[in-house]
Order: sequence, then structure tokens, then C-alpha cells
Amino acid sequence: MASSMLSLASASASASPSLSLHDNLKGRVKLGSVNFISCLPDKTSSSAKAKPSGRISMTVGVNVSRFEGIAMAPPDPILGVSEAFRADTNEKKLNLGVGAYRTEELQPYVLKVVKKAENLMLERGENKEYLPIEGLAAFNKATAELLLGADNPVMKEGRIATVQGLSGTGSLRLASALIERYFPGAKVLISSPTWGNHKNIFNDARVPWSEYRYYDPKTVGLDFEGMVADVKAAPEGSFILLHGCAHNPTGIDPTPEQWEKIADVIQEKNHIPFFDVAYQGFASGSLDQDAASVRLFAARGMEILVAQSYSKNLGLYAERIGAINVVCSSADAAARVKSQLKRLARPMYSNPPVHGARIVANVVGDPALFGEWKAEMELMAGRIKNVRQKLYDSLMAKDKSGKDWSFILKQIGMFSFTGLNKAQSENMTNKWHVYMTKDGRISLAGLSLAKCEYLADAIIDSYHNVS
Amino acid sequence: MESQGSCSVFDHVVRAPEDPILGVTVAYNKDQSPIKLNLGVGAYRTEEGKPLVLNVVRQAEQTLVNDKSRVKEYLPIVGLAEFNKQSAKLIFGSDSPAIQENRVTTVQCLSGTGSLRVGGEFLAWHYLERTIYIPVPTWGNHPKVFTLAGLSVKTYRYYDPATRGLDFQGMLEDLNSAPAGAIVLLHACAHNPTGVDPTLEQWEQIRQLIRLKGLLPFFDSAYQGFASGSLDSDAQSVRIFVADGGECLVAQSYAKNMGLYGERVGALSIVCKNADVAGRVESQLKLVIRPMYSNPPIHGASIVAMILRDRDMYNEWTIELKGMADRIISMRHQLFEALLARGTPGDWSHIIKQIGMFTFTGLNSEQVAFMTREYHIYMTSDGRISMAGLSSTTVPHLADAIHAAVTRVA
Repeated sequence: MASSMLSLASASASASPSLSLHDNLKGRVKLGSVNFISCLPDKTSSSAKAKPSGRISMTVGVNVSRFEGIAMAPPDPILGVSEAFRADTNEKKLNLGVGAYRTEELQPYVLKVVKKAENLMLERGENKEYLPIEGLAAFNKATAELLLGADNPVMKEGRIATVQGLSGTGSLRLASALIERYFPGAKVLISSPTWGNHKNIFNDARVPWSEYRYYDPKTVGLDFEGMVADVKAAPEGSFILLHGCAHNPTGIDPTPEQWEKIADVIQEKNHIPFFDVAYQGFASGSLDQDAASVRLFAARGMEILVAQSYSKNLGLYAERIGAINVVCSSADAAARVKSQLKRLARPMYSNPPVHGARIVANVVGDPALFGEWKAEMELMAGRIKNVRQKLYDSLMAKDKSGKDWSFILKQIGMFSFTGLNKAQSENMTNKWHVYMTKDGRISLAGLSLAKCEYLADAIIDSYHNVS
Repeated sequence: MESQGSCSVFDHVVRAPEDPILGVTVAYNKDQSPIKLNLGVGAYRTEEGKPLVLNVVRQAEQTLVNDKSRVKEYLPIVGLAEFNKQSAKLIFGSDSPAIQENRVTTVQCLSGTGSLRVGGEFLAWHYLERTIYIPVPTWGNHPKVFTLAGLSVKTYRYYDPATRGLDFQGMLEDLNSAPAGAIVLLHACAHNPTGVDPTLEQWEQIRQLIRLKGLLPFFDSAYQGFASGSLDSDAQSVRIFVADGGECLVAQSYAKNMGLYGERVGALSIVCKNADVAGRVESQLKLVIRPMYSNPPIHGASIVAMILRDRDMYNEWTIELKGMADRIISMRHQLFEALLARGTPGDWSHIIKQIGMFTFTGLNSEQVAFMTREYHIYMTSDGRISMAGLSSTTVPHLADAIHAAVTRVA
């Protein structure tokens, strides 16, 4: 950015002369020319925000914006996919980008229990007062019980700090802020690959992170030995970010035996497990089964951070409802931790939104609604399993190369890591109008049985004909 | 690691005190006394002492919940487009050239706090002068929001305890000594906690000085419509700045004026020199929001968008809003009269001169503690009371408490 020097006199040309201003300041304001040198940072093309460096003076000019040096940021790699999809006019287009559930008719889905809960809330005519900083008490109780089980000793001993957060992202951010403040210098280890927004959250929270091996492209499965080795090698007292179930983006989860081993090595190194639970009930269809990993760690008496989201399992995406839970070794520690989480939430948004929290509390708190929810969740998870099967069958039928596509069946949850690379993923979009993220991830929640054959054609073409 | 309390990785985490403002309600709720008054947090109460959900809000909500075509898909990172558009019109005026020239970027955020935080973080990442000047006193959460956003916080003189009015000279002097480019936090109207606002003439001088010194104004607008009862009047300070073609930030909250407290509805607007800059600024705001909470909550914003867009609902809203503002003004007069009637020592005219939801009583923290102990009056220790929490039936009790505090506690 070229430096520019402007006379201040021209800047004040539009202001009417203000004798009273002068009077008030008793001549302390110097009108006349004031020159500054402006030295704006280079624009970077990466999505990283540029921090200005060094002592910089401001240009005071009439027509120069203070924000002139700001570069256009690239679109979000995940949410940007839906934007691009919307802009595409081709009738064959398929949105397998963001992980939002679609019906077989490829329509968004609002759960029946959610509609019932909202109607109940409307009838009751509840007020809209501020929630406490930690959120709706009934929600916090329900969410912790859902996660660990109501008769879990952790619950009975009051050893869990639960604070309502803005879905998964907001809960992860609160936890990150806690780590930054109370464990300065401690690293978070994240899987390679992981949800694209994880590193942004830790970067903005100023928490250092590094990766542990996770996905093995050769087997399209878990690089378990690599994972264990990397977790072992991390500095003692690191935070290990684990996906509770339905790993995003790969869909590859450790087996129960592997979870035990992971817990062993975490305990050995005095690491702190940090679970991201965005798909409880959505992966297998069973709330309990999908929480098994977290409960395994809790049963060992470990202290654990757990971020929860109700975006997918209750279809409450836009309501932003989730929680950060901290399982501690004592009720006293939990109380202290909770108080500090509140202290971090207050300067971020003061207190969380009430609507989604009430919906969850109503659904979970009413046995009939809770039962209906479980049934709807089984249906959603079931549809995804059916679609996986059909896609697999289509691929095996159409692909004569002998490639083993069975990983599609072994993976779990909303996403499948196809193994397609960036260029191949781009071919999916450019040639076939299939929208997905560049890491090869497809959202099966956005796939219908009717479109499986088309998708199989696209995948086969991209895999074999593009490198 | 044993589960039964022997050793925790959180052993060094101390217990935080309750938030000074929100903690008042916590303390109030614990109080078992049959006669108690919550004048802490600025949440409107009816004459019956009940929270109020505006009729027009209930109406909007009914329509939304009954609309079978509505879905709960993620909003864009910047929030609900219609909400953003309407919010900009509300604060800047529907005929604002800045809007017409596409120089304004408006993003939905979590009420006032969220808008301030996102704006603060954006400035900390991208702006060249990372110091923000806040008035003394100001809302207790301001310094925390900006510090955690990554800005360094300094102050400018504002309230003059001797006159219980604006220290205009001090304010201008302090702004004048601020480094060029520094950010200046301005309360658009109904200054919190003092209720002391500059006059329009004073705003004009503030504007000239700020533009002269190349300072960057950041407005906190949490009470538009609440101060005077008129949405346009309460936006004048912001509008004179925008009219001069300069840049500014504005944080809007719908917590009070639409009674949507718990829904967390607000907006951050950044008025830029031109549309190109506004576009780039918006793209960078998204990078601040995504790692914080991804995208904002839909419910409250949908209610606001519907009300602002519909002529009849909008008009109904302005009437209900004026009703709230008028009731508060009436409480001011009643309290003032009650203190006069008791012959309470001192000049209490500031009660009727101050603007907005709060009165800065001038009571000190010992007097406040006394009032809490002896009269079960819950308020912040800086002497601020929320007039919105008073009713005709409770004014006498408060007047008794103030009278006792002033006469018995130094």
C-alpha cells in the first residue's frame, strides 16, 4: 500500500467552523495540516487474518477508508459449498456439502417432536427474560444426563460443570478459551483430518494445536498405531480432541477395544481428553451406543471436556444449541470450572439464546416426546444407512476395476470420506454438479436413494479419470 | 487419576465471583424476604412487576411457529438477510445514503454483547490502532468485551459527579489527546449507567472533534426508542456521523426495545467509505464469526425481521415501545416526588433529567449495601437503579430506602 500524506485542513473542509469547539478546548486543538505516513500490512491471499505489525501511524484522509488494506477473505470451505450449490442452475445438481440432514425428497427436515415442543411453548406463553450466563438449568441437566446417563456416578456426585453453548462451535470455543486461560501453552492435538473449523477455533482462541495421525488413505481406515504413537509423543498434559462418534470428515471410528487403548495412553501421559460430540444418536440410531466412548472415559474416573451439539440429532441447526461439559474429579472443582466458563461467556455474548434450549428441555423432559425423538432419530440414521448400502451396491455394480468400495459401509454417520483428492473432488463439482468439500468428504444426509446411481457414476469417473 | 476428589487438573482454577450485574439477580433470587426489589439488570417490568413479552412479538412468534414451510437450516454466517437489511434501515434511516450506496455491511450477532465482541475482534485483527476509549463510567461488561477481543482499553472522562451531568470539557480534552485513529466507544443514547446524554449540539461538536482527529467511532445502541420514545430521535447521534460520509461501527441490540432479551438478537453494522471496502470487511467479519459460533440463532432475528417489515406490526411496535418508555418516565417522576415528599436531603432532580432505563443515583457503595441489607433493594454497587424494575406500588419502599441510606450512611 503506497503511503499517502494528506493535509488535515482538507479533511475538515466539510465541517462548519466551530468556535464553540475551540472555546471548549481552549485552543488545544491544532487545526492546520497534520501529516501522517501510512504503512498498511501486505494483503495475504490465505484466509488467515493479517495482524498489523510494528508502530503504524494513521492516514487521516477524506476519501481513504480505514479498512482499505483489508483483503477479501475466501468463502468458508464448508458453508461456501452450499452458496456455490445455490448458484448452480443445472437440474442434476446435488448438494453433498454441509452436514445437514435431508429427507429422501432432499428436503430439510424439522422433527415432529420439535414442532410439538414449539407449539407447547407457544401455548404456555413463556417469557423472554435473559437466561443465566450458564444457560437454561433444565437444559443443562438434561444434556449432561443424555451424555453420561442419568444414573452415572458423575451426575450423582455433582462432578460435572455444564454450560449451555452456541451449538458445537460455541461450546468448543468456550472450552478453548478455558484452556488458553488456565492451561497456557498447553496444546490441543487434533486428528488428521478433522472438521475444518476446529483449527480456526483454536487459532482464534490462541490455543496452539498439532495433529495426530488418524486417517490412513491406504486402507481408507484408521491409522491406529500412528494415532497412539502421536498421542504418546505429545507433551504431558496435552488436550486430545476426540470425536465421540461418527468422525467428521472420515466417518471412521475406533472400535471399543481401540477406545480402551486410546484411554490407556491418554491416562499414561496425563493428557486431558476433549470430546466433540455432534452426532449422539445420529450415528448408530442409539443415544447410548453413540455415547459409549465418552462413558468409557468417565468410568475410568478421568477428567474430560465434552462439547455437545443438537444441530443434527434434533435438527436444531439454526437455533444454535449445545453445551460444554467438564467432568472433574470433585464437585468443588466442577463448581469452580463452571464459574470460570461463565466468566468467559459473559464478554462473548452475555448469556445464550433461550429458544433452542427450551425445545431440547421440553423434548428430553417429556417421556412421550423423548420416545418419539428416539424413533425419529432411528429413522434418520436408518435412512443414511440405507443410502450407504445403495451407494455401495451401485459402485460395486458399475465399477469394473475391482476396487473395494466397502469402506462406504464401514464408515458411520453423516459423512463418507471417499478418498477422492482435491482435483477429483473438483471434477465432481465441475463436471457432475456434485457439491462436496475438497477433502473428498460427501454428506450422505444430502443423498437420496434415487440419486445413488448418478453419484456412483460421478465417483467412478472422478476416481479413475482424474488425477 | 482418582475420581474421588483427591487431585484435579483444575485445582488451580479459582472460583470466579458472580458477574456484578447479572449476579444482582442471583442474589435477589436467593433472598427470602417477602418485600424485595430487583433494580439490577435492565430488564423491563410492567406495573405489576412482571416481565413483558410485547403483543407484536407474540403475534410474530405465532405466525412463525404455525408456518409449516419454515425450516431450521443453518443461517448464513452473517445471519438472516432480511433482518440485517431492516436493522440497518432502523438505525441509519431508510433514506440513508450510506445504505443506498451499499457502503454498509450489517451482520446479525448475539444481541449487543455479541455485536460489540465481533466488532472488537474484527478491529483487533484488522485495524491499525488497537486502542479503544470508553467513557467513565460505562456498562461493566464493556472493558471485558474489548479486552478479550484483543483491544487495549483506555478511558475518557464522561460523568461529572459534582453536577451529575456530562463532563463535556473533560470528554473533549481526553478525545483530543487520543492517538490518531483510536477507536472511541459512544453510547448512542440513554448512556448506561448514568442516563446522561450529550445534547444534539454537543454531539455535533463531538463529531467534529472525532473527525478532525481521525478517531473511529463505535456506537453502542441498546436503547433505540427507549430513551425518548422515538426511534428516529434516539438514532440522531449515529445519523449525524453517518451523514458526514465518514466511517463508523454500530452495535444494535433488540433486547430492550423489542423485549427479546433471552433470544439474543442484535446486529453489527460497519459503515465504510465505499461498497468495495464494505464487501471486503464483511468477508472478514465472517472469519471472526465462524470460529466463535459458526452462524447466529434464527428465532429472535425472524421475529424482528417480520415486525420491522410489516407496516402494521411496525406501527404497533412503536406504540408498545412508547408505552414502555412512558412508564419509565412516569416512574422517574414518581420517585422524584416521593423523595421530595420525604424531605430527603440533596438535589434529586437528576432522577428526572437522566434518560433511559437507568438512574445513576449518586449513592455510594456503602449506601447501596445498606439498602440491600435493610430494605432488600437489589442494585449494582455503583448506585445504578433500573427504573424499569419499579412500579407505583414499590416506589414508596425505594424512596424510604434511599432516604434511610442518605440520612444514616455516610
